[in-house]
Amino acid sequence: MNFEEHVGKALLLAPAGIAIPRGVVCTTPDAAADAARGIGPVVVKAQVPAGKRGKSGGIAIAVTPEQAASAARKILGSSIAGYVVERVLVEARAEIDREVYAAVVTDVESRSPLVLFSAEGGVEIEELAAAKPDTIRRAVVDVTRGFRSADSVDLLRGQGLGAAEAAIAEVLAKLYQLYRDHDAELVEINPLALLRDGRVVALDCKFVLDDAAALRQPALVAAAAPLKLTALEGRGAEHGLKFIQLDGNVGILANGAGLTMTTMDVIAQFGGRPANFLEIGGDAYTKAEVALDLVLSNPGVKSLVVNFCGAFARTDVMAAGVIRAWEVLRPSVPAFFSIHGTGADEAVKLVRERLGVEPYDLMEDAVLAAIEAAR
Amino acid sequence: MIYRSGHSVLVQGITGKQGSFWTQNMQACGTNVVGGVNPKRAGERILGVPIYGSAVDAAWDGAIDISVIFIPPLQARAAVIDAIDARIRTIVVLTEHIPTRDIVDIHARARASQSRIIGPNTAGIVTPGEGFVGIMPGGNAEVFQPGSVGVISRSGSLGTLICLDLSRAGLGQSAFIGIGGDPLIGTTTRDALIALDRDPRTRAVALIGEIGGSMEEDAADYARGMTKPVVAFIAGRAAPPDKKMGHAGAIVSGGRGGYDSKRAALEAAGVRVTDTPNELARALAGLLAPSGVA
Repeated sequence: MNFEEHVGKALLLAPAGIAIPRGVVCTTPDAAADAARGIGPVVVKAQVPAGKRGKSGGIAIAVTPEQAASAARKILGSSIAGYVVERVLVEARAEIDREVYAAVVTDVESRSPLVLFSAEGGVEIEELAAAKPDTIRRAVVDVTRGFRSADSVDLLRGQGLGAAEAAIAEVLAKLYQLYRDHDAELVEINPLALLRDGRVVALDCKFVLDDAAALRQPALVAAAAPLKLTALEGRGAEHGLKFIQLDGNVGILANGAGLTMTTMDVIAQFGGRPANFLEIGGDAYTKAEVALDLVLSNPGVKSLVVNFCGAFARTDVMAAGVIRAWEVLRPSVPAFFSIHGTGADEAVKLVRERLGVEPYDLMEDAVLAAIEAAR
Repeated sequence: MIYRSGHSVLVQGITGKQGSFWTQNMQACGTNVVGGVNPKRAGERILGVPIYGSAVDAAWDGAIDISVIFIPPLQARAAVIDAIDARIRTIVVLTEHIPTRDIVDIHARARASQSRIIGPNTAGIVTPGEGFVGIMPGGNAEVFQPGSVGVISRSGSLGTLICLDLSRAGLGQSAFIGIGGDPLIGTTTRDALIALDRDPRTRAVALIGEIGGSMEEDAADYARGMTKPVVAFIAGRAAPPDKKMGHAGAIVSGGRGGYDSKRAALEAAGVRVTDTPNELARALAGLLAPSGVA
């Protein structure tokens, strides 16, 4: 789950005691002018949950209220990374001496949090990692000990940070704690600015919430940016189904993430084009009816592969669901089945008797037939 | 991480719908279930075994080799830590969607102990003819046959399909090790490969990988020095980048975790990588037939 900058700053950084510039969220040019009148020179920033806003024309500097209004007029309603900008953050312009980078992420290799710091802030971390990998310093955190400001010594040593070093160490410790407390997948301050007056201020905030922790972070979930989903993907999400719409013509209904991905692969391998990813794994295997409806509602679908291999999921339950939906929807596209594993004997019998279709013995053959039918 | 006849198994969450259903399946398959855990029903019995208040209580009553976790995501952390505190050596975590913070805590605790975590989000482990632990069709003779191919899979459904193919090709399995579809798993592809390499009953390995992370690359590094043949299939070649494909671990982001890198690493290590899962069993049959090791 992603968040707009102002949400991360107000809900996470400020309560954690990390300084942020004074700012106001505005939805009209007039409001932006008013805000600038109260603040002075400002930066007007598009609020969308995406990076590279500056390069997309989403960030402008304004000295006067009129300039703020004009910047807001230009940015509001524009489209950045597929999002229409509905809000701008009008924020006090900082007197920056130096920009650094700070983040906490989850490291797969060490299965631990990783605190990241670079003395070269302001550019995207991916670009920095490619161009100057040596400038990024890392500290793997032992969660049983935590990460205190004293643990930053190695990260910050020899970077010429001077008097700001202690303040940055404090920010890193606070950032780690908020990453833990708020179930972050990633929290990043880029840039973290060292001001001429000696203060250390977060000029941006990127926060990604671990979806699996949504139930215990209700306040954050309520403030999250809406997902970019197609209408069908949204309908899937309402039913707790992970549906990804693709631009092919062979629809897929399979159980389990691994088998579903594999069905897509085999379709592509034999020259076909998959129309969707749709997993009915885990407990979702009882939702075959809704799932079939979703797959068939995708306008590009010309044929369907139903690939079930029961381990946890029972193929007889899934097949019965598909048949019920089939009898209601009466689709015109042909379906090609491959059914194995738990409950397969019963499932094959059901499909044969109720739909008059003979399931294929090999998954490959079901896929080949579906590709042929979609041509 | 290979189940052996007689290994004692504790089921945490035995009284739940899935816990009791799969306990029956495991028992029918010969798995030695010695007890279950549910703090609210401690002292009762279910399916012929005692219910304990905790894994620690169960361990006082007799040695437990493996604990299997049928506990919902937000309670799983406490259950696994209970099993670690009980000094259980192997903990099979079936639960999907455990928050990452809890998983990090689990691994940190496990590192400081003798416990090995398999999963989270695994379908379990199977040794055909001996038993299984988890949510696999371990007793389905069409899928699982005793034999000498060791199978490693992140996915339960795809792993089942490959075992079925192997059995049909006359290649039984020495062990199935489901390592789990989450990004932060306790037992990696490489760990499982090492275990199968050391297992005298395993003569060849079917490695079923998935896009995301770098576990296949790490496993390739080990496979280079193996004499047992390894054949691999990697799922997710056609997956669009930056989308999570169901398994939280299966995401290609910023060019990392991609199909091509995994395939290249495995092939450079002498591992045959097949284009479809059905082809894997055929390739393995071809490799094993001349020497007749299967």
